[in-house]
Amino acid sequence: MKIAFPVAGSDLSAVLDARFGRAQRFLIVDSDNDTFELLENGSNVDASQGAGIQSAQLVIASGAKALVSSHCGPKAFKVFQVAGIPVLQAPVASIAQLLAKFKAGELEAMTGPDNAGHMG
Amino acid sequence: MKIAVASGKGGTGKTTFSVALVLANRDRARIVDCDVEEPNAHLFLGGPEPVVETVRASIPVVDGDLCTACGACVDFCQYNALALAGSGGLLVFPELCHDCGGCIRICPNNALTEGPVSRGTIETKIIGGDLELVTGRLEVGSPSAPTVIRAAIARAPLLERETTILDAPPGTACSFAACMLAADHCLLVTDPTPFGLHDLALAIEAIREMSKPFSVVINRSLGPDDLASVFCRDQGYAVAMRIAESREIAQACSQGKTLLDAIPGIGQDLRDLLDAILETRATEVSG
Ligand code: SF4
Ligand code: SF4
Repeated sequence: MKIAFPVAGSDLSAVLDARFGRAQRFLIVDSDNDTFELLENGSNVDASQGAGIQSAQLVIASGAKALVSSHCGPKAFKVFQVAGIPVLQAPVASIAQLLAKFKAGELEAMTGPDNAGHMG
Repeated sequence: MKIAVASGKGGTGKTTFSVALVLANRDRARIVDCDVEEPNAHLFLGGPEPVVETVRASIPVVDGDLCTACGACVDFCQYNALALAGSGGLLVFPELCHDCGGCIRICPNNALTEGPVSRGTIETKIIGGDLELVTGRLEVGSPSAPTVIRAAIARAPLLERETTILDAPPGTACSFAACMLAADHCLLVTDPTPFGLHDLALAIEAIREMSKPFSVVINRSLGPDDLASVFCRDQGYAVAMRIAESREIAQACSQGKTLLDAIPGIGQDLRDLLDAILETRATEVSG
């Protein structure tokens, strides 16, 4: 199963980026064999509005079946919800650590967005 | 004839001035409050309960049977108001949509149609039997301030008046532009402080891009040699009026009095000001 992590780094030692919509890139990890690919978040880093929405679409299109993130705004959350993809809440830690937690079933799905909406 | 009263920032006394301008000319002018995010002219003018109308705009509505999730509309929308949510299909975020209608036109499968959404209200009232006030009010969180401003300006007048005063929104962004584009002349209210000048210069730049005639009103003026007066003289900008700095005026205004109450004789000055603008306009049109 593929899982997406917003990151600033570029491999499993990278640390989770707390800003989902404006993360530099996403690490898409296949939990079955620990391989991963990198997905640049491109222009969304500077998008004037709707960065979270764009990033959510990118993650969904990558084939990921879950997102691991410390935060998720209301609009991105809605996109994930409609797409049926859980947002698993996690503390800021290395991806390797979080992957272990995921496999141990220690990450819980968020039931709603935790960031206030913003127009910016 | 539409005259916009604007200032680059808040706190220059813009609304106080536009309210006084319309009060002094109530036999020939009406006022439209275009500061739709925080309309406040009604606070000075009072009057009866307004008639309220809803401003509607058209946002896309998806027909899930026709949509093939091709993504063309998502790529097109520069406001990120559309999203493909995997098997969930296309999502519309009305709070981000700017009602441009573009996605509806470009969808190759005709899966999008226009659906109405409320963006704000227009409140109209007649004060004292002869002064018409139209207030545009944006719905909280709506991105469509220009839509509401245009609707307020376009509202059919109840009273026949040759002049409409537009109390413009602050700043120089798209709300400001929507108001200015409708105006024939712009009065820029400033105060003679460095901040005031900085914002005045920005506002003038924006107005010149739209090729609109303008003149400057200096509020809290310290005389013909204050910062703003010197600036206008150097740049060759017309100063339409000066209102002297005075503690009594400030006090009266803070108690909710209008400039007409606070400054004896200003009513005539404000009538002369409108005469002057109407005259220049007449020569511009005939010349
Ligand atoms: S352009 Fe039309 S068909 Fe394509 S995703 Fe948008 S609504 Fe669906
Ligand atoms: S109408 Fe314009 S702003 Fe609204 S969703 Fe369509 S393209 Fe985006």
